Amino acid sequence: MKERETAGRRAFLVASATAGASALVSACGFRGGPLEDDLSSFSSFNDWVSARLFSSRLAREYPIRSRTPERHFPSYYIMRGGMPMLEDPASWALHVGGLVRRPRMFSQLELEALPRLTYTVKHHCVEGWTAIATWTGARFGALAGSVEPLPAARYVRFRSFDDGYSNGWDLPSAMHEQTILAYAFNDRPLGPDHGAPLRLYSPTKLGYKLTKYLFSVEFTDRRPGGYWEDQGYPWFGGV
Amino acid sequence: MPEPTDASPGPPLDAPAPAPPPAATPETAPEAPAPAFVKRHHWIVRLTHWVNAIVLVLMVASGLQIYRAYPRFGLRGDESVGINPLEGVDFPAWARAGGWLAGALNIHFFLMWPLVLNGLLYLAYLAWSGELRWLVFRPRDLPRAVQMQLYYLRLRKEHPPQGKHNALQKAAYCFIVALGAAAVLSGLAVWKPVQLSWLTTLFGGYEWARYWHFVTVWVFTGFLVVHVALVFLVDPASLRAMVTGWYRGRFPSEGA
Repeated sequence: MKERETAGRRAFLVASATAGASALVSACGFRGGPLEDDLSSFSSFNDWVSARLFSSRLAREYPIRSRTPERHFPSYYIMRGGMPMLEDPASWALHVGGLVRRPRMFSQLELEALPRLTYTVKHHCVEGWTAIATWTGARFGALAGSVEPLPAARYVRFRSFDDGYSNGWDLPSAMHEQTILAYAFNDRPLGPDHGAPLRLYSPTKLGYKLTKYLFSVEFTDRRPGGYWEDQGYPWFGGV
Repeated sequence: MPEPTDASPGPPLDAPAPAPPPAATPETAPEAPAPAFVKRHHWIVRLTHWVNAIVLVLMVASGLQIYRAYPRFGLRGDESVGINPLEGVDFPAWARAGGWLAGALNIHFFLMWPLVLNGLLYLAYLAWSGELRWLVFRPRDLPRAVQMQLYYLRLRKEHPPQGKHNALQKAAYCFIVALGAAAVLSGLAVWKPVQLSWLTTLFGGYEWARYWHFVTVWVFTGFLVVHVALVFLVDPASLRAMVTGWYRGRFPSEGA
């Protein structure tokens, strides 16, 4: 080793620097290459960790004066060419079924008659923004209690009439005390921009898990996919 | 962990460095016989250094892709969080990784595991080997750091006596370890602001945690630039030492 020439050392350094620089450059714009699918499936490990971290802990509530001005509260849907709207809102009813003892429909009035919850909480979007609003809705736990899920039910699929949008939740997340089926936003009936007539809401999940424009709730034993989840976003989506 | 007291049986830090060979000084003519190789870095240090380098580059690149989805801080409609000259900046594609938000999140959330495990392995090695005591910056290092700075500014002629690392190096490396911890903890605070709300509160809430997480990127980038510049400008032989473990260069007294 002692005998190495200075020239050899110089060549070594140049080679190292080049290798380092090219490693940097190839990292750039890197999507994961052949690993892209593996990275996506590794995400299920993080879902598992997230489920372990998940607890009955309640998300913080805020005073009403902390509300984000409504014009700054984004709303989105996937349907092209206009907001998803019911042609005949009066005939809308929520279908609740799957692995339950008493599948049934819930009209707007029946949902409003269930034990309700109002909270002012922070909304976390996967994009990184946050906003605070007040939501009122039927407790999911109360709805589940009235249909009596079978022991085999471990997940819940929420379907939207927004162009096939849907989400899958694990049962413990759905049964969390702050999970509601919201019909009011900032003390007024939910508007079509926020998912009228009914949207799933919880301050313990990222926004894309909070299905808007709900039309069915299905208890199931298989983990349901979801619109964004199937494209690579984390399935658990808990905060 | 070794006793961090003055009575510890470490090398006498206040005594002159153990007889550095004449070749140690930069004034030595290039014709002088080349100094012998000395073993400097344990394989665990070299491994964790390079794993860290690769993982951090990809963490920053995927982080910039994530930032792009909402390149500002604070609640919607509230611009009071942090000073951010990079608000709304769309970083060029070469600086980003993941292609889109979900791809970047998957890279980021995968690499956080090797990043943390690698960092813990490094710290465990330092503690186990006793090297931690050469790296921890203590209050008594403060005047030494000043002397070292004077030397670098050429206001002091002799290189102050030192152990394995001089006081400024200790400060730099302790700082970077603390920065790594801050990056990881602020990242966890952003990942689980409800389940780990105590941690998020520690950073001033979700919006501030996200801000500090972003700040760690730029502090780290600044460190990286200076670190690499010093290697190439002051002591290129240290690069080989970080690859092979063996050092033969201008500062052999720093060999283990």
